Amino acid sequence: MSKTQDLSLLDPRIVRPALGAALRKLDPRVMARNPVMFVTEVVAALSSVLFLRDVAAGGGAPVLVGQIAAWLWFTVYFANVAEAMAEGRGKARADTLRATRTDTLVKRLLRPDDNALHENVSAEALETGDRILVEAGDLIPTDGEVVDGIASVDESAITGESAPVIRESGGDRSSVTGGTRVVSDAIVVRITARRGESFLDRMIALVEGAERQKTPNEVALNILLIGMTLIFLMVVATLEPFVVYSGAFVPVVFLVALLVTLIPTTIGGLLSAIGIAGMDRLVKANVVAKSGRAVEAAGDIDTLLLDKTGTITFGARRADAFHPLPGIAEADLAAAAWLASRADETPEGRSVLDYAAKMLPNGVVAGVEVAEEIAFSAQTRLSGADLADGTSLRKGAADAVIAWCGGSRSKPLDEIVERIARSGGTPLVVARDKRPLGVIHLKDIVKPGIRERFAELRRMGVRTVMITGDNPLTAAAIAAEAGVDDFLAEATPENKLELIRKEQAAGKLVAMCGDGSNDAPALAQADVGVAMNTGTPAAKEAGNLIDLDSDPTKLIEIVMVGKQLLISRGALTTFSIANDVAKYFAILPALFVTAYPGLGALNVMGLASPGSAILSAVIFNALVIIALIPLALRGVRYAPASAAELLRRNLLVYGLGGLVVPFVGIKAIDLLVSVLALA
Amino acid sequence: MATDLLQFVLYVVALTALAWPLGLYMARVFSGERTWLTPVVRPVERGLLRACGLGAEPAGQHWSRYALAALAFNLAGWLVLYAVLRLQDVLPLNPQDLPRLTPDLAFNTAVSFVTNTNWQAYGGETTMSYLSQMVGLTVQNFVSAATGIAVAVAVVRGVVGRETRAIGNFWADLVRSILYLLLPLSIVFGLFLVWQGVPQNLDAYVEATTLEGVRQVIAQGPAAAQIAIKQLGTNGGGFFNANSAVPYENPTPLTNFVEMLAILLIPAAFPFLFGRMVKDMRQGVAIFAAMLVLFLGALALTYGSEIGGNPLLADLPVDQSAGSLEGKEVRFGTGNSALWATATTAASNGSVNAMHDSFKPLAMLAPMLQIQTGEVVFGGVGSGFYGMLAFVLLTVFLAGLMVGRTPEYLGKKIEAREVKLAVIAFLVMPLGVLGFGALAAAIPSAAASAPAAGPHGLSEILYAYSSATGNNGSAFAGFSANTVFHNTLLGIAMLLGRYVFIVPMLAVAGSLAAKKTVPASAGTFPTHTMLFVTLLVAVILIIGGLTFFPVLALGPIAEHVAMLAGQSF
Repeated sequence: MSKTQDLSLLDPRIVRPALGAALRKLDPRVMARNPVMFVTEVVAALSSVLFLRDVAAGGGAPVLVGQIAAWLWFTVYFANVAEAMAEGRGKARADTLRATRTDTLVKRLLRPDDNALHENVSAEALETGDRILVEAGDLIPTDGEVVDGIASVDESAITGESAPVIRESGGDRSSVTGGTRVVSDAIVVRITARRGESFLDRMIALVEGAERQKTPNEVALNILLIGMTLIFLMVVATLEPFVVYSGAFVPVVFLVALLVTLIPTTIGGLLSAIGIAGMDRLVKANVVAKSGRAVEAAGDIDTLLLDKTGTITFGARRADAFHPLPGIAEADLAAAAWLASRADETPEGRSVLDYAAKMLPNGVVAGVEVAEEIAFSAQTRLSGADLADGTSLRKGAADAVIAWCGGSRSKPLDEIVERIARSGGTPLVVARDKRPLGVIHLKDIVKPGIRERFAELRRMGVRTVMITGDNPLTAAAIAAEAGVDDFLAEATPENKLELIRKEQAAGKLVAMCGDGSNDAPALAQADVGVAMNTGTPAAKEAGNLIDLDSDPTKLIEIVMVGKQLLISRGALTTFSIANDVAKYFAILPALFVTAYPGLGALNVMGLASPGSAILSAVIFNALVIIALIPLALRGVRYAPASAAELLRRNLLVYGLGGLVVPFVGIKAIDLLVSVLALA
Repeated sequence: MATDLLQFVLYVVALTALAWPLGLYMARVFSGERTWLTPVVRPVERGLLRACGLGAEPAGQHWSRYALAALAFNLAGWLVLYAVLRLQDVLPLNPQDLPRLTPDLAFNTAVSFVTNTNWQAYGGETTMSYLSQMVGLTVQNFVSAATGIAVAVAVVRGVVGRETRAIGNFWADLVRSILYLLLPLSIVFGLFLVWQGVPQNLDAYVEATTLEGVRQVIAQGPAAAQIAIKQLGTNGGGFFNANSAVPYENPTPLTNFVEMLAILLIPAAFPFLFGRMVKDMRQGVAIFAAMLVLFLGALALTYGSEIGGNPLLADLPVDQSAGSLEGKEVRFGTGNSALWATATTAASNGSVNAMHDSFKPLAMLAPMLQIQTGEVVFGGVGSGFYGMLAFVLLTVFLAGLMVGRTPEYLGKKIEAREVKLAVIAFLVMPLGVLGFGALAAAIPSAAASAPAAGPHGLSEILYAYSSATGNNGSAFAGFSANTVFHNTLLGIAMLLGRYVFIVPMLAVAGSLAAKKTVPASAGTFPTHTMLFVTLLVAVILIIGGLTFFPVLALGPIAEHVAMLAGQSF
């Protein structure tokens, strides 16, 4: 799946098949899964019978009854279209995924330890535990773990990332995903998931909605909607005897119209579309959820555990400042550092070179001939250069360079080194001819914008905890700079797990991400565990979400998707219920005005006639579903804010809007109905 | 009119000033803390509990055991009351030799008093012996109120509890609410009534000859004791047929004011009890505020409609400067009648000092709507509060999703189970009022109990079934309720309205108590703000309104527009 492919909301490739699928969904056995719409369908069928009776008997008002019946069918149909469109978007994604799953022959090893002896078998025949040889150009048929060799793998089909990644046996980069392709070298893969059970398959099932189970909040909301439907059934069913007692008469089809406009068809019709679309948004963000429950739980998260490296800071430490000793010019120190770092291939060495270059004219030290370059090694912990003129330069860990200088220390040097260490940074000393020149301050650079991200999370009520292997001193400094709420220093898998348990005991929901096998227990314990796709199979098994991009920052996005899903449901429910007020003012006067002409005063919208009022309310009720499909699929707008602010804003838009919009809408439709003389 | 408004203000201020400390006191009582009555009452409480074989500190119960205990206790109370009513002709203390009650009337009356409804299909002085009044009705006045209080306290414990299975002990709560609350208040209040002139004797009725030479029978009896608890326990069943309009029940302006306070006192104290028990008074104040807003709205509608006089009488030589006085005691006037009607229907009290049947259409709409929204505007003792909590849960669930989290109330997640239970409870009012009401309207012999025609007749039927299902007990005077049909159906409505709220709400309590408490954060839905109060009021009005608006349009609203057009029914 590629990230670039993003279907527009009303793409004809989605809409056209959805129109057909929506018809098939009218099957009552399918409709029965959605009680609100099922009631609507039964009522639509009933009014169709009334229409036929009127036509056959020649009495009543068949034109009006026929129109009401037709619009009731439309109501059901439109709800089905919404669901079919949501599923269609998922299917479109699934189809591109499925394209990678062509049946291929794979080379199964006959003996586990002999790469030369293999047989060609169909990928469908693979069992977990089988070992296969995958060579350059071969497709990896299903998920597995590299047990031998190293290869670069093109994972763009899954992640959309075009640069190949390295996969090797042992360590945290041993996991491979079905549907990806080896582009160089060869590896032996032990199969961990049979065909049909791989991530790819899971993702396809998920986006197609085939395995979609209702999430807990959806179940609760459904119960409420059923309850409201029951209440309105009672309201309408008992209205008949009350009307008769009052010596009036109301046609059955009018009561039927009242029922459908009152029961929460808007949210009932869009509920499953909202759920499917929520999953779709997650898939679009390249995250695979093992269950919808996890997505919903993401919205409830109280505490977010974030790994420092990669999430909060860039992976490696970088040069951040030069501190020359007294009597040394900064430019002099920069030149020495630049020369001494040219043979240092580590990211830290590169960053010194980059930083020093900024202080040098043209970014280089010109006119110096280097006799010998001393490369950085983990043993010596320093790098350097011996120049043609006999000058020797060294740069490296403070104690290593001081030792090279014959142990000569000075108070200013010690002071600078200690100050940098205490602030959580790493001091590197630069020396020339066994004499220290100054100190380079290496530090973790906090990613730009991350501080604002955490401030947003705090406003949403989510607490962030930074996890790091650093000592408490270093951790505190970075935590303060990044603006996290808390940190866990010298983290081990054990104390990480303990932290999660402690938070959970206090009633909080915890999310974390991880990739290593030793993360697995914590991932399993967390309420939302996001495993990196590059992680080990154990980690992927333990998490309930998998990020195909292996981007730890994604956790924040997942929380947003979860919240947006819940807000969409709540907002449309509120809108749906608030709509009923206007519908009453349209329909009730129409029903009762013949019995009590004074009740015409309730016709505040000034609708043309009883028939037109009822027809307009029914039409509005059907059209509002269509109008809200884009909102249901896209999700309501969500900007991080405190609960109080969100509530105020959403109540204003969907609560107050839900009260006002139908007054305007029904009146407009009524004008049209009278102009066209439909009723 | 200015004095009326002044009195309304005085009433609200006095109510709040009394309810707040009482709520704190009740919270101490039910938390087992020491109060100033403890030295006197504790030995009695111990003795009673020991005598029942429960030990001085009975262990907490699972919600199902709690519910079972409440149901069993109420069933036993019903059986005793039914027996007393059916046998009163052979039992002592019957100086007027009143006959036994018919089976259907005894069923209805026993249900009515056990469910704290106190719907009266009979006239007190012409039906009930002194023994029936004292041993039968007054006892139920106490214990039905105590049952409601106990259940409400258990529900609050469910909200407070952390991962526990127990929500308190029914027997201990029952005994405490009587010994620490209902009895002391009733004794003080009863003595006050005696001082003001309410009879408290066991004499035979007095015969007198009026100035016109007509023979008049003046009923006597142990009235003061029963009236005290009838108001405090939101029972409302009058000792005399005309209830609190009779001088013997309500002799002076002072008794009128104090009795109105007594009607709402304990229900209004519950939000404050809640605030203290959840250790956040703001939560209690928010609920109190929502109740008060609804109360003032209903009062404004009732009083505003009544004070305007009746347009149908405008052309007659009738002085309507004091408002519409039909069906009112002139000594109370429009202000006191409207305030009483609003208070008695806000609380599920049901005692009346004016005839609601004679109210103008919109003035009868407000009391009816207060009942139909489930008696949650202060409501019955205890029952009003757990009913309100059901609405709070609904509001939190509806609006809570909109902040992007699983809805939670005071740290407790509101999930499918709670929603399901609350929905069951919410189905009761529509079933009792609309379902049973429609049945009554559809069967001609049953509909004949309503003497009026058209919309007013419909209002009479609706009011009866609302009153029964809402466990209110007040009635439109014209409705002849004492028929086999209505006695039975109204009895069933009362049972549904009481127990199909109690059992689901106790189950909610059990479910909430077992949950973890999520600590509050900036992402938590705030339930103590003005916005929440507004939202809660809106949900109650919209849900209640949506359910009952169609039929109210055919009843009071149709009558109102007809009245404006010069037509009466």
